[in-house]
Amino acid sequence: MQWETVIGLEVHVQLATRSKIFSGASTAFGAEPNTQACAVDLGLPGVLPVLNEAAVAMAVQFGLGIHAEIPEVSVFDRKNYFYPDLPKGYQTSQMYQPIVGPGEVEITLEDGSTKRIRVHHAHLEEDAGKSLHEDFHGMTGIDLNRAGTPLLEIVSEPDMRSAKEAAAYLKAIHSIVTYLGISDGNMAEGSMRCDVNVSVRPAGQEAFGTRAEIKNVNSFRFVERAIAFEVERQIELIEDGGEVVQETRLYDPEADETRSMRTKEEANDYRYFPCPDLLPVVLDQAYVDHLRDNLPELPAEKRARFEGELGLSAYDAGVLSASRAMAEYFEGVKDVCGDAKLAANWVQGELSGALNREGLAIDDSPVSAVQLGELVARVKDETINGKAAKQVFQALWHHEGDSADAIIEAKGLKQVTDTGAIEAMIDQVIADSPAQVAQYRDAEPDKRGKMIGYFVGQVMKASRGTANPQQVNALLKEKLDALC
Amino acid sequence: MHDKTLTELAAGLAAGEYSSRELTQSLLARIERLDGSLNSFITVTGEQALEAADRADAARGKGEAGPLTGLPLALKDIFCTRGVKTSCGSRMLDTFTAPYDASVVEKLAAAGIVSLGKTNMDEFAMGSSNENSFYGPVKNPWDLAAVPGGSSGGSAAAVAAGLVPAAMGTDTGGSIRQPAAFCGITGLKPTYGRVSRYGMIAYASSLDQAGPMARSAADCAQLLGAIAGHDLRDSTSVARGVPDYAADLDAPLSGLKIGLPREYFGDGLSPEVEGAVREAIKVYESLGATVREVSLPHTHYAIPAYYVIAPAEASSNLSRFDGVRFGHRCEAPADLIDLYKRSRAEGFGEEVKRRILIGTHTLSEGFFDAYYKKAQQVRRLIRQDFLDAFEEVDVLMGPASPTPAFDLGANKDPVSMYLQDIYTIAVNLAGIPGISVPAGFAGGRPVGLQILGTHFAEARLLNVAHQFQQATDWHLRRPALAEESA
Amino acid sequence: MALEHADVLRAAHLARLGLDESEAAHYLDDLGRILEMVDQLQGLDTEGVAPLAHPLDATQRLRADEVTETDQRDTFQRCAPAVENGLYLVPRVVE
Repeated sequence: MQWETVIGLEVHVQLATRSKIFSGASTAFGAEPNTQACAVDLGLPGVLPVLNEAAVAMAVQFGLGIHAEIPEVSVFDRKNYFYPDLPKGYQTSQMYQPIVGPGEVEITLEDGSTKRIRVHHAHLEEDAGKSLHEDFHGMTGIDLNRAGTPLLEIVSEPDMRSAKEAAAYLKAIHSIVTYLGISDGNMAEGSMRCDVNVSVRPAGQEAFGTRAEIKNVNSFRFVERAIAFEVERQIELIEDGGEVVQETRLYDPEADETRSMRTKEEANDYRYFPCPDLLPVVLDQAYVDHLRDNLPELPAEKRARFEGELGLSAYDAGVLSASRAMAEYFEGVKDVCGDAKLAANWVQGELSGALNREGLAIDDSPVSAVQLGELVARVKDETINGKAAKQVFQALWHHEGDSADAIIEAKGLKQVTDTGAIEAMIDQVIADSPAQVAQYRDAEPDKRGKMIGYFVGQVMKASRGTANPQQVNALLKEKLDALC
Repeated sequence: MHDKTLTELAAGLAAGEYSSRELTQSLLARIERLDGSLNSFITVTGEQALEAADRADAARGKGEAGPLTGLPLALKDIFCTRGVKTSCGSRMLDTFTAPYDASVVEKLAAAGIVSLGKTNMDEFAMGSSNENSFYGPVKNPWDLAAVPGGSSGGSAAAVAAGLVPAAMGTDTGGSIRQPAAFCGITGLKPTYGRVSRYGMIAYASSLDQAGPMARSAADCAQLLGAIAGHDLRDSTSVARGVPDYAADLDAPLSGLKIGLPREYFGDGLSPEVEGAVREAIKVYESLGATVREVSLPHTHYAIPAYYVIAPAEASSNLSRFDGVRFGHRCEAPADLIDLYKRSRAEGFGEEVKRRILIGTHTLSEGFFDAYYKKAQQVRRLIRQDFLDAFEEVDVLMGPASPTPAFDLGANKDPVSMYLQDIYTIAVNLAGIPGISVPAGFAGGRPVGLQILGTHFAEARLLNVAHQFQQATDWHLRRPALAEESA
Repeated sequence: MALEHADVLRAAHLARLGLDESEAAHYLDDLGRILEMVDQLQGLDTEGVAPLAHPLDATQRLRADEVTETDQRDTFQRCAPAVENGLYLVPRVVE
């Protein structure tokens, strides 16, 4: 039987506010346990929450970024349950009237095609603390520094049909929130986490199958692998005559499998009701308009501009707009050299190759966008040829000089375009290679094209790589053919 | 000094008749002597009080005294007080020393007020008799066999017994007004949001409000001025200027339109209480007010709506008492669930558990619409009743409670206890202010006249109450305490 | 809406209140009568009435995004039943 996979994602994004969503405690990562948990975060008797303006603004910016409806009124509710990392015994969240209404995210698949994934809504809530299970005499330690960090929970419709689509969606969300600067998107530090709802159904069937929820998957790779495992598990189960149980599962990256979280399986009843300590949040149109007017260009718009205005291929436009850092770097190079296509080739070729080899992110590139732009400008105006340019790039990478021009000067890499000088070198090479000249002369005319390579190599060598290869080629052909 | 009003004591301090230290010492000695039989205090903070009194005297010496500098007062044990045990009348917080000051506490301290200690109360402010305290019941100074009312029973009894000239209470369904009525003192519940709730341990967040309890409306006006105002730490506190509540106390009442809600004079009202209240209305007529009957048609639904909303909020508010970060923790918990269940079972008393269970049940899946949503709809209708009435009249008047203080132990059934609050509870649902003033006696126990106004009409209420107190002397009557006569 | 013994036990469990059978029976009686009183609400027609969550119909004020709190861990943990290395301790949580 053919099976179809149906996937929905709930992505939790920690917002990059300085202080917490309901208190003035710092949200900085990595502090000593409980040193950033203030009276409000600890839920001390008598404390009250006051909503952080930046968290509201960031949530609205996200909504605008996915072309969502921004309702005028949103309301905070309490989700009641007991857990040691949840200090008040309830999580302040938004159940019935979220701050961001329905919207959509465009994802790009590996073949360059795009697909729209609907977002059901996004709501604000507070993060919980952390339970540390190292041995404290058989006890668990609770650190509440993270408690109260603002989270935006982005809930998709079940619109994804493969693990790849889910990963692409997660990347698209990551790219939107980092473009907007509303999250650092650091998945290793838990700034972005996701719950994945997976079900399978026979191809062509309309009704959804029973879904399992995989909790807390925290990398793009794990999302793909967790879904792949889960899909296989569900199909096998059904084909063996079993039934998928609606349950919460945990992905174990080491075993590369999902496991039922039996301990938490007891039926929860969260008893949502409007938080009486907070009032309805009312956003007036002027406020929303102001945020809309100040929205940065987002990945989809950027991609369209790269393709339309700059004339890049769909593939190049997609890759270069995928992250804000990449796009900013590319645009930096382009602005300096004045040639978008050359800039795209260099960023994706030489630079990306070098970064990948050393496992560096674009932000950590030893060659700045300005430096690379100046280098590309010298390629464009033919001051250096491609081969020399690669040498210059290596020199910049290893900090052998501050600028392309200085390195070209120091290494004498300036391209020789003087016909007289090149002719002199060609004559010398021809004179030094009688055997090769004889072979050339004896060859069938249609074979000679390949044989010219030897002479080009010799001339380039003689010029220490600085001769203009096109000129060398043309002049060589002229001179050799004259000998035939 | 113990039978004077704040206003009189302020004059005495200003005139140098006594220092704040002397006043404080005298009252501390009186508490020591008399509170054994009343049980109105949970914690007496003598040392801190004397230090504060010395600071007040020093400020006065430098000519920096304000109108309240050096005046003593007691705080209901629901207000977090830095470095002082703050129990909320519960075993759950028997060992809890608050690490911060409530907004009300800060404001009183800033005004130079000297706190003598923390008063007894129904556990987590849930009760109408003060019999639900972990620290035992409070006795009514007018009759030790009677309850002082609740939940601010300790505050009311302490003021009535002359242990302090004033105290802070909180009112979620009548917890200032009913004990004030039972103990023959003046108690004001301000408009919801008028006084910050920050640091006031929450019972039902959308209903709770702090207010003063004292010997006169004029004293309440002084104290309200000190504690009212916007607080950035409480989202529900109102950004609205604080008027001088004492400014209009002496305004004449001619032309005042008084409404008597028909529903507040019906079945269940003690004839003696009704008699006293009707006599008080006559006094107002003699002062130039006109009286007419009005209707608050949804009165009957106030108690049912309250017993959905308040327990629902409470069940959630009290979840933080889990034995992890503060408060009672059971011995040797076997596992996490055992830690929660035993700590909470041991830490909370019966009435608190009852309300947590009710609130948990009514919020649970399948019941939310029928209970909580319905109660909030009814809440709107109840508020509308009041708003409609205030289109016609300036203030509403009626009894604060259907009976005078009942005997300790007389009301064993929770539902009949809840029904005692029939005249006070709708006020909290509507968020309007109300004041109870002494208006006579029934069977030797005080009767309270309740006066209600529209949102933010506190100045008007205080004026109306003050004029009554200029024309009568019920508020000046003092109980004869057995220990004093002995 | 009649209340059953199982409802009381369920509420007690959700609220993490330890109740034994006899206590549950006692609360069943009390709670049943309280709910009976509350059920009077069902007799009132509230069709079309908007629920009222706060008495003043006010809206939420927002706080500027500023760090205003400093580390007070030692003070806050003085009232904690069990702490070690700055962490609150609870019986082992099984994930």
